[in-house]
Amino acid sequence: MNLIILTPEKKLYSGEVYGVQLPGISGSFEVLDRHAPLVSALQSGRLKVLKDKQNHLAHYDIQSGFVEVLNNNVTVLVEGAKVVE
Amino acid sequence: MAGQLKEVRNRIKSVQSTQQITKAMKMVSAAKLRRAQDAILQMRPYANKLQELLSNIISSGEGEVGMKLAAERPIENVLLIVITSDRGLAGAFNANLIKAAKSVINEKYSAQYSKGKVTIWNMGKKGYEHFTKNKYHTIADHKDIFLNLTFENVQVASKAAMKAYEEKQFDVVEIVYSEFKNAATQRFKVERFLPIPRVEKKGNVQADFIFEPDRAELVAELMPKILNTQLYKAVLDSNASEHGARMTAMDKASENANELLRSLRISYNRARQAAITTELTEIVSGAAALQEG
Repeated sequence: MNLIILTPEKKLYSGEVYGVQLPGISGSFEVLDRHAPLVSALQSGRLKVLKDKQNHLAHYDIQSGFVEVLNNNVTVLVEGAKVVE
Repeated sequence: MAGQLKEVRNRIKSVQSTQQITKAMKMVSAAKLRRAQDAILQMRPYANKLQELLSNIISSGEGEVGMKLAAERPIENVLLIVITSDRGLAGAFNANLIKAAKSVINEKYSAQYSKGKVTIWNMGKKGYEHFTKNKYHTIADHKDIFLNLTFENVQVASKAAMKAYEEKQFDVVEIVYSEFKNAATQRFKVERFLPIPRVEKKGNVQADFIFEPDRAELVAELMPKILNTQLYKAVLDSNASEHGARMTAMDKASENANELLRSLRISYNRARQAAITTELTEIVSGAAALQEG
């Protein structure tokens, strides 16, 4: 599936991924390939990108925002995000 | 004669150094303009997606979604957010923005203004200086926003505006800014910030979404974000317009300096030739007088 992370200041991530873990407003959850259409509010916290099955990860500290899942495209809209090394 | 020559030479020198300054300012503005335009381009995908999300949420499912920030009230207190620049020498840019703000006050909110209930919230020093000098009711909280133009700072400002609206300090909030079209043209715009205009439902729903939490809460979360983005866009647009206006103004100034230099050089050369001619006549007539004698 395709993941895009957008902030008002720049496009932070764009590419094919295996899955993504998100800090939902009512608890953390994970979106994998072919997830049903979903719109969810996110609270500030840690976002984890699973780049492939071999545990290649990227972490981001995000502020509150939203995620939309539609046709295997995951779009994360947050007001600010930082890469965690 | 020699005195006049020197005078013209000095003027040429001073015009040349002025031209150097205007040329340098033009280059600097061009670079800053590119950066400002870049920032607008960077935020566009985010803003578009946010709007799309809102219309998706509102269009899918039945029933109105009530919005706290969309409640229309009888208008008593008005807040105008006027976005000007921090620096001058940008042609008529700031003057036009101030004029736009004043015409809104005089045409749309004259009743409220006569009761002293129009408040101007300035972003950018130029507008602040003007409106305080002319005894308007102003707030200076965010006038330094251009010193450090980040989304975070704009967010703080926009949250403050929303809070004031919710606490009923103001019944309507409008933004006066300049929309960036291209480097040479700016369009001065007045845009409603609060209450939020109603979003119409669209017929075609893209998919059967799962909403988490429910639609009403999502919209309530989404609205402030959209407002933050709207204000951020206005600030970025004004910023790009400012640099565009300055670039054009400085280009014109350099051109005018060229024109002036050309005519100064002509009069310099004319004076120089006249001086040479008189000198020659003096020598020739002196020699002729000697020969005769």
